[in-house]
Amino acid sequence: MKKYILLFSLFAATIARAQDDVYPAKDYKGKLFITGGTIHVGNGQVLQQSDIEIDNGKIVRVGTGLMPSGDAKVVDAKGKQVYPGLILPVSDLGLKEIAGSVRGSNDFEELGDFNPSIRSIVAYNTDSKIINTLKANGILLAGITPEGGTISGSSTVVQLDAWNWEDAAYKMDNAIHVHLPGFIVRPRRGGMRMALQPANDPVKEALEKVEEIKVFFREAKSYLAETTHKETNLKFEAVKGLFSRQQKLFVHGDQVKQMLVAIDIAKEFGFDVTIVGASESWLIATLLKENNISVILQEEHRLPTTEDDDVDQPYKTPAVLQKAGVLFALNDSHEETRYRNLMFNAGVAAAYGLTKEQAIQAITLNSARILGIDNRTGSLEAGKDANLVISSGDILDMRTSIIEHAFIQGREVSLENKQTQLYHRYMTKYGLQ
Amino acid sequence: MRISRHHPRGRIVLFSSLLLLAITGRSQTTFPVNGVADPRQHCYAFTHATLVKDAHTTLADATLVIRDGLITAAAAGLTPPADAVVIDCRGKYIYPSFIDLYSDYGMPTPERAARMDFRAPAQMASNTKGAYNWNQAVHPETDASHLFTADDAKAKPLRETGFGTVLSHLKDGIARGTGVVVTLADASDNLVIVKQHASAHYSLSKGTSTQSYPGSLMGSIALLRQTYLDAQWYKTQPVHEGTNLSLQAFNEEQTLPQVFEGNDKCGDLHGDRIGDEFGVQYIIKAGENEYQRIKEIAAMKATLIVPVNFPQAMDVEDPNDARFVSLADMKHWELAPTNPGAIEKAGIPFCLTAADLRDTKQFLSSLRKAFEYGLTETAALEALTKTPATLVGVYDKVGSLDAGKLANFLITTGPVFNEKTAIIENWIQGKPYAVKEDSWKEIRGQYKLVVTAADGASATYMLDVRSAAAANVIAKDTMTGKFSYDGKMIALSFGGRGGNRRPVAATHLSGFATGDTWNGNGTDSAGHLVVWNAAFLQATPPIPDTAAHRRPGRLGKVLYPFDGYGWDSLPTQQDLLIKNATVWTNESAGRLENTDVLVHAGKIARIGRNLSAPGARTIDGTGKQLTPGIIDEHSHIAAFSINEGAQSVTSEVRIADNLNPEDVNIYRQLAGGVTSSHILHGSANTIGGQTQLIKLRWGVDDEGLKFRNWDPFIKFALGENVKRTTSQNNNRFPDTRMGVEEVLTDAFTRARDYQRQRKLAPNATRRDLELDALVEILEHKRFITCHSYVQSEITALIRVADKFGFTVNTFTHILEGYKVADKMKEHGSNASTFSDWWAYKMEVQDAIAYNAAIMQKYGLNVCINSDDPEQARHLNQEAAKSVKYGGMSEDDAFKMVTLNPAKALHVADRVGSIKEGKDADLVLWSDNPLSVYAKPEKTIVDGIVYFDLERDTQLRIDIANERNRLIQKMIAEKKSGAPVSPAAPSFHIELSCGEHGHHEGMLTIDEGGDDDQNAH
Repeated sequence: MKKYILLFSLFAATIARAQDDVYPAKDYKGKLFITGGTIHVGNGQVLQQSDIEIDNGKIVRVGTGLMPSGDAKVVDAKGKQVYPGLILPVSDLGLKEIAGSVRGSNDFEELGDFNPSIRSIVAYNTDSKIINTLKANGILLAGITPEGGTISGSSTVVQLDAWNWEDAAYKMDNAIHVHLPGFIVRPRRGGMRMALQPANDPVKEALEKVEEIKVFFREAKSYLAETTHKETNLKFEAVKGLFSRQQKLFVHGDQVKQMLVAIDIAKEFGFDVTIVGASESWLIATLLKENNISVILQEEHRLPTTEDDDVDQPYKTPAVLQKAGVLFALNDSHEETRYRNLMFNAGVAAAYGLTKEQAIQAITLNSARILGIDNRTGSLEAGKDANLVISSGDILDMRTSIIEHAFIQGREVSLENKQTQLYHRYMTKYGLQ
Repeated sequence: MRISRHHPRGRIVLFSSLLLLAITGRSQTTFPVNGVADPRQHCYAFTHATLVKDAHTTLADATLVIRDGLITAAAAGLTPPADAVVIDCRGKYIYPSFIDLYSDYGMPTPERAARMDFRAPAQMASNTKGAYNWNQAVHPETDASHLFTADDAKAKPLRETGFGTVLSHLKDGIARGTGVVVTLADASDNLVIVKQHASAHYSLSKGTSTQSYPGSLMGSIALLRQTYLDAQWYKTQPVHEGTNLSLQAFNEEQTLPQVFEGNDKCGDLHGDRIGDEFGVQYIIKAGENEYQRIKEIAAMKATLIVPVNFPQAMDVEDPNDARFVSLADMKHWELAPTNPGAIEKAGIPFCLTAADLRDTKQFLSSLRKAFEYGLTETAALEALTKTPATLVGVYDKVGSLDAGKLANFLITTGPVFNEKTAIIENWIQGKPYAVKEDSWKEIRGQYKLVVTAADGASATYMLDVRSAAAANVIAKDTMTGKFSYDGKMIALSFGGRGGNRRPVAATHLSGFATGDTWNGNGTDSAGHLVVWNAAFLQATPPIPDTAAHRRPGRLGKVLYPFDGYGWDSLPTQQDLLIKNATVWTNESAGRLENTDVLVHAGKIARIGRNLSAPGARTIDGTGKQLTPGIIDEHSHIAAFSINEGAQSVTSEVRIADNLNPEDVNIYRQLAGGVTSSHILHGSANTIGGQTQLIKLRWGVDDEGLKFRNWDPFIKFALGENVKRTTSQNNNRFPDTRMGVEEVLTDAFTRARDYQRQRKLAPNATRRDLELDALVEILEHKRFITCHSYVQSEITALIRVADKFGFTVNTFTHILEGYKVADKMKEHGSNASTFSDWWAYKMEVQDAIAYNAAIMQKYGLNVCINSDDPEQARHLNQEAAKSVKYGGMSEDDAFKMVTLNPAKALHVADRVGSIKEGKDADLVLWSDNPLSVYAKPEKTIVDGIVYFDLERDTQLRIDIANERNRLIQKMIAEKKSGAPVSPAAPSFHIELSCGEHGHHEGMLTIDEGGDDDQNAH
């Protein structure tokens, strides 16, 4: 309790500016029709000039010639593009307000090395000014993820239009996050000319850490096999869902050796494993496919790993995974633009080998599958939540990606945010509008 | 702390004459003798030797006579003096001992500062006590002769490698003081000094200095440059400076040979250019990679001191390890041994040094490798004797076998560089130092061994000596003996049931060798005492030394730049005719469909339809879009350092001093359609350094990168970075935006006063490079691009500029520019911003993606910049975001990364649009250049296609093949048993402003911070 009080008083001190009049949308239980749009289902299909019928926040039907009932709300999407709400799968959104220097605004990284019982959701700030800028770009769901240490804790999927974190939670504690140690020697910062040879062998150290992780899971498994305990171990209790595969294990790592360790962990414990980062996954795509390991690529706009790599390697990695049949999603972890360019990351992947629909799937249905929410969202199909976005043009291309409407569970959410407000404020000052 | 400095000059002459007396006169000294005097002449005659007097003179069957530590004669047919000890050197060679000019022999080890703590407070002043220079890294008063003390443990490996004389200095700091020439004799320090002040030494590495400034390569360059000016000015005895022993010493040392530590191709050039500015021709300590830019190195006209420290093969058997080793590093492994030969071939005068070797004893074997890769033995001998001796003015004392010189020479078993040759003794100042005494005499051969027991019974064996460490004893069977011979003592055991089993009950003998007869005593297998003797019967025919060097196998090509994506020969200009493209002119004509553009002599010659040009290379632009090249107003690629953050005003530092033309990001950005980048100093301080506009001419040298005839700019910065917000204990003024404004006002006030004083009394006013740059701003000859965010600081700078009568040319980043667009417009500034960055620090909380659009609508000239090597690869997409945020037209949006930056940088007369007469800096895109789907297919600078999708496709194959060849070669090297080192990942330093969260890749090291210590 004390913690919350502290948290709230901090917010009271830092949130002083703008956007306080951008409200979460009111519940809408009635009928809603989106008519005449080009519907990008999210599973690769495109339906031209089609309609979506929504009732009580759920998609009832997708087809052509659906007749809106008299009391229904109707959104004319003629000539427009309709997409499932975009999903940002792994993010510190709402946990880190001001990247960099303002410590008081940060709640994403806890002390300690093995923290499986840490839960991101309890610190998730629905009033973060970042959130509304994502909605304005069509990003409607996000996996809120803790960082730090070896086991950082559990993430929760949230929808981005909420009054508080309990409203926001879409799937609680969907995944446990593990960060694998690096297998390459890094010279210390500023020390290129200093000896590269480390005092310790990084491979040996990494393997020791990996063993420590495995020992943790082995002992957790034994502990969980027993129903009663003299002393409760919260850390073991927290990973229960991994063994029943109700939770996913998200393993963070980029290097091939880290990914091989992830495969090894998946095999030994039977976990449902996703590799987050995976910039080198193109080297072992078929191996990932064989082992049913899914992948979340953090960033499309990045430099090649080595100076000899193809200059467009990061751009075309998704196409390699697609070809190999790996289930993958794209993410946006860019610290300076704060995650609002997810769809442009997909656009880059489309420019370098994916089809546009595959690229859309990589930020909608694939992400939902990996996060374990595909029964409720990720595509525009009957039975799913009405999480959708209407854009005047191709959402993947900055030339045309103009978002006109966004709906979460059938509620039309505001596209206003602090940035649009400041825009209007100064356009007014200069008499430009 | 540094060790010692002190002692005025002026004793050089006196000391030299003392030395002369010591050598030529009677052996009088001031040192009392404890005991009975033992004066000796030490006269020796070495007869029947092959005397290699110098690299070009060899005398057969000649005699060398030495006396009192000096050579008295060296000629054929001499009769040895009566009092000479005669040493028969039949079959032996005698060479002058080698000379190494790059040693720290006998110097104290500079105490390394504790690891820099990036968050620690800055050290603004020198920690050195005394009347010395303001900067702790400038200590020309350091006098190696005062620090020198002979160190036999360190001398020994050098002597055993053939060295007799070294030039030693304290390898620490930027102005390092003087070097001393000493011999490697194990004698009193007084006697081994050959020349007290032989050289003055410089580098760009601040070494153990703990002072914050300089914190960058360009800072080191600026400091050395300013020190030359200060020393000049100090000659006028400026009152306010008082006594400055450092500057005094600096001036006194200018008459000595000046030695600069370059340590690699770029470092060499950096040093040489500083020398050129001040009329100094440095002798340059080179590295191992001069072969990569040999033309530029030769053009320095410097003498090089060349190390032979070649990299080992790496263990690349694990493909995951091999992946992280760059092709460039593998190629360098293959080609580094060509470096000395390439230097010789280019006609560059050079010496050789054992410096940099992990183990001095590798020197000769490394040298032999250099012979295999093209160095000649004659040049090597010259580089180890006459050249170094001449350079530091001691050829009258060392460097050849001539009468009057020090008796420093090697006795060897054959030509000194041959693999089988052994150095037997290294004589220094007339005293022998044993190296491989057992080689004096050829002992290989057969001996009659007689072992006699106490009862007189004797056994006779045949002893077959195979080397100084191996012999067989033959009786009925051949027994492998355990044998050793050190030139004097013999040890031999044999018998028992040898073979592979544990030998039992062997005969053990030891004794002495006197010429061809040996004798001694021992025990037999029963443990009884025996005596023995052995008499020489016949020699084993010697194994001929393979004089011819092995030739290396196939070697890869040198690439320009030395990177997988480099060229084996640079591309040249040719006429180009791009046909039938959609041409984005950025002029009033707008976008022209189905249009041809003719490029001639690097310029846009014609724009029109159905153009023809015989001889021009035709490029089909059908379905493609041709645009002007992208110009990045804010970049930090292609430089060795970016931030000199140690002081709040560092206008003396220049990005141009440390451009890195080999940064692979140049190529990657060409692949993103960039043709020009404005390389800015970082944002660590209020008044940063001078910037440099470059064209991305991939492959040229640093000079070739520069955008010619360009108005010079300088970087300023405001806000969080300059007040060191992330530091927990900042002690560098300023700490607030109030202070930032005052730093500016103070700097320009000082500059104005300086400007006036320089005009009134040009000679009496100290030339201050920092203020020179600010005066240029006041005189509208240099222009500011200022990192800035919030409206208060923007307005504050505008008012300072108003007060001092100049205009802030560009506000860069300027994320709150939309709040003060009116003020910026009134002042006349350009704006260069990010498209959609925000919330990465406190001062960008009000940043909005509509910033560019508002400023543009208000009438400002707006650019979109990268500040990031990845973002620069898609600036077209960044520009397109203003179509989304604020509804800008596509043509206007694209101008933000082409014409607008050209205007902001004062080069719109040459680049930024497609117009006849402008530079042919062009990009051919697959699609609308604002689209996320657009890819550059060709990027052209000055009419040269520097990026071509087709060539890139071929390069990918070439890189893969060449990588595979070298990986196999390294694995073969490992299999052959050669030592290998673990695979070292080829890290790439990404320099940045020190601005925002960085995107550290697996193999990149982000060096943005203002306190970084990246010397090169």
